[in-house]
Amino acid sequence: MSARLLFDLFVFPGVLFTAVLGLMAGWLDRKVSARFQFRVGPPLFQNFNDFFKLLGKETTLVKEGVHWLFIVAPLAAFAMLSLVATIVGTALFFGRSAGGDLIVVMYLLMLYTVMVVLGGGSTGNVYSSLGAGREVKLLLADELPFILICLVPIIRSGYQLKLSAILAHQSEHGLVVGSVGGALAFIVGLLVIQAKMALPPFHIPEAETELVAGPFTEYSGPLLGFWKLNQFMMYVVMPFLLILLFWGGFRLDGLGILWTVLKYVLIVVVMIIVKNTNPRLRTDTALAFFWKYASPLALAAVVLAVFGV
Amino acid sequence: MGWYNKRLAKSLWVFHVSASPCNNCDIEILDLLTPRYDVERFGVKLVGSVRHADVLLVTGIINDKVAPYVRRVYEQAPKPVFVVGVGTCPISGCCFKESYNAHHGGEAVIPIDLYIAGCPPKPEAMIDAVVKLVGVLNG
Repeated sequence: MSARLLFDLFVFPGVLFTAVLGLMAGWLDRKVSARFQFRVGPPLFQNFNDFFKLLGKETTLVKEGVHWLFIVAPLAAFAMLSLVATIVGTALFFGRSAGGDLIVVMYLLMLYTVMVVLGGGSTGNVYSSLGAGREVKLLLADELPFILICLVPIIRSGYQLKLSAILAHQSEHGLVVGSVGGALAFIVGLLVIQAKMALPPFHIPEAETELVAGPFTEYSGPLLGFWKLNQFMMYVVMPFLLILLFWGGFRLDGLGILWTVLKYVLIVVVMIIVKNTNPRLRTDTALAFFWKYASPLALAAVVLAVFGV
Repeated sequence: MGWYNKRLAKSLWVFHVSASPCNNCDIEILDLLTPRYDVERFGVKLVGSVRHADVLLVTGIINDKVAPYVRRVYEQAPKPVFVVGVGTCPISGCCFKESYNAHHGGEAVIPIDLYIAGCPPKPEAMIDAVVKLVGVLNG
């Protein structure tokens, strides 16, 4: 039992699988972005080289900073994402929930952002602190629509919180995205994960032209490597969560594998296209976007789901 | 360290240190990132924070006013870090060598590993320099 849990956590849907797939998805992002700008783009294993290079660099601790928080934040964030990847992955691939339901997933994803804020705030650097402050504002903006869209599959599956139960209900009664409310929630969900991952047009915390590198300005060496790895793991966790909640999960037999890969690549490519065709929003525009437009849409989706449309 | 050096050679992140240049070399450096030359092919990426840097591209005569800051930026960079002097200015001062606040070459301020001569050097010359640095790292 515990051997299986360790395997889940460290090898298959957990750390190793998510990290490798995330680094490859990150390569896809960089390559497609490069093709958008008529460039050639980096070679296939670029992100692996970047990560291993960062592991061997020097780590600098800032004199004015809070050292233990500075070191703990990226590792804690890595642990959170590994847990989310394990919970979502076991539900998707094996149909069982490894110690968590949707509430735990939402909580851990929010805690990941809190770790970014703590890590950025602990450095004593002005740019990092500004980036951390903006991260809080972005969290305020995107958390409400995120919770609302997570309610839609819960309501559609007869008020069940277990991820495997949501999947089982979808395989019996049709996909959530097939209904009007589900489709609306799915579209809002695509925008929300863009903000959760701080990708353009919502890369307000890391705005490289204003804030150098946002919360990660002072990070160097292995700790920066872990932040980069976390960002790449989000490329796996977030699309997997959307596929689980709205798109009926994965089928791993025969032609189902092709359809599975296609679903994942489609969501990632849509994210990359949105990323490359939109300029950065201001903080107030992002807040207004999520509170005035995305949240009412998500609320409408919830109401539609309650009426069963 | 051979394995690590190979990883390092394939992912050189570049930080641009503008040490009192005439801006000519800086514009040529930006050319490297444009679609025509695209150094991301070699894994080279321009980063905004010196903490993320593997290579410091120093342009300009490092004059008396900016020299302490260049020294500080070099000390802030996580080691191993390489310093590349771009243009004739860090080598000899170019047309500014008679200036009252000119140091006598960049070596007096920070250790420079590689020079790219030219005023300004062509992007092809800079790519050649990057390839040479990668070749040194690969042994």
